[in-house]
Amino acid sequence: MRNLMALLSGLLFGAGLALSGMMNPARVRGFLDIAGDWDPTLAFVMGGAVLVMALAWALQRRMHRPLACEDFALPGTRLIDARLIGGAALFGLGWGLGGLCPGPAIASLVFHPLSAGVFVVAMLAGMLAFRLVDTRRG
Amino acid sequence: MFDWFMQTFPDAQPLHGLAGGVLIGLAGAVMLLGPGRIAGISGMTARVAGLSGGAPWPLAALFLAGLPAGALAVATLIGGIPAQFPPSLVLLAVAGLVTGVGTRLGSGCTSGHGVCGLSRLSPRSIVATLTFIATGMVTVALVNALGGGI
Repeated sequence: MRNLMALLSGLLFGAGLALSGMMNPARVRGFLDIAGDWDPTLAFVMGGAVLVMALAWALQRRMHRPLACEDFALPGTRLIDARLIGGAALFGLGWGLGGLCPGPAIASLVFHPLSAGVFVVAMLAGMLAFRLVDTRRG
Repeated sequence: MFDWFMQTFPDAQPLHGLAGGVLIGLAGAVMLLGPGRIAGISGMTARVAGLSGGAPWPLAALFLAGLPAGALAVATLIGGIPAQFPPSLVLLAVAGLVTGVGTRLGSGCTSGHGVCGLSRLSPRSIVATLTFIATGMVTVALVNALGGGI
């Protein structure tokens, strides 16, 4: 059951990315381009997603366990440190360069196998490199 | 109001954006209330590649497989998804590399921090989201200043 729900979640996520225009790197860069012809579409995407998710969190707080597993497995750390900020800063750099974040890149593999493929393979290489040098393995 | 908005931002697609965002929020809700996890794409990707712990492998793999499948379904329904990629594969490789390192170091990307964490009012996710939007904006401004077009 939990696997089916994970698949459903992925399908909805991919459909949402496709419908929202976020699989178009030019549109994502348009959102980040506040000095140029700013395209606020991404703000609507995040607004819609955060609104629905906020309701989901309100439900979650009233649940003792999730529907398809024994326990919730949610991040509990509240530490704001150099890793968090440095990592987010690096991710933003990559996001601005390519106009892609991991979700749209993976969803784009079937439409633009070369461009999205190069990005995804490089992303995996980056994750592997991090894994090799990171001393705090999670 | 809507007319004013569309005149000011002629390229924007606010209704598509909102509808897509609602679907993304539903995706996060299904993952949260069903398996009880965060629908974080970078984390699930690292999990599937064997580069981190976390969700059971089949769960993470099916979630990721759903992304292109869901996008394909929408593309079929609406007759294709417009996309304009940067032409330089070198640039895409650098962008991917930095994204891989950054999302692991910062424990998340636009989905985990930007959607799931922000809606939970997680202080970590709020800081992370503001940070990657800021550096993304600076990057695009620099790229455009250096000749753009890449």
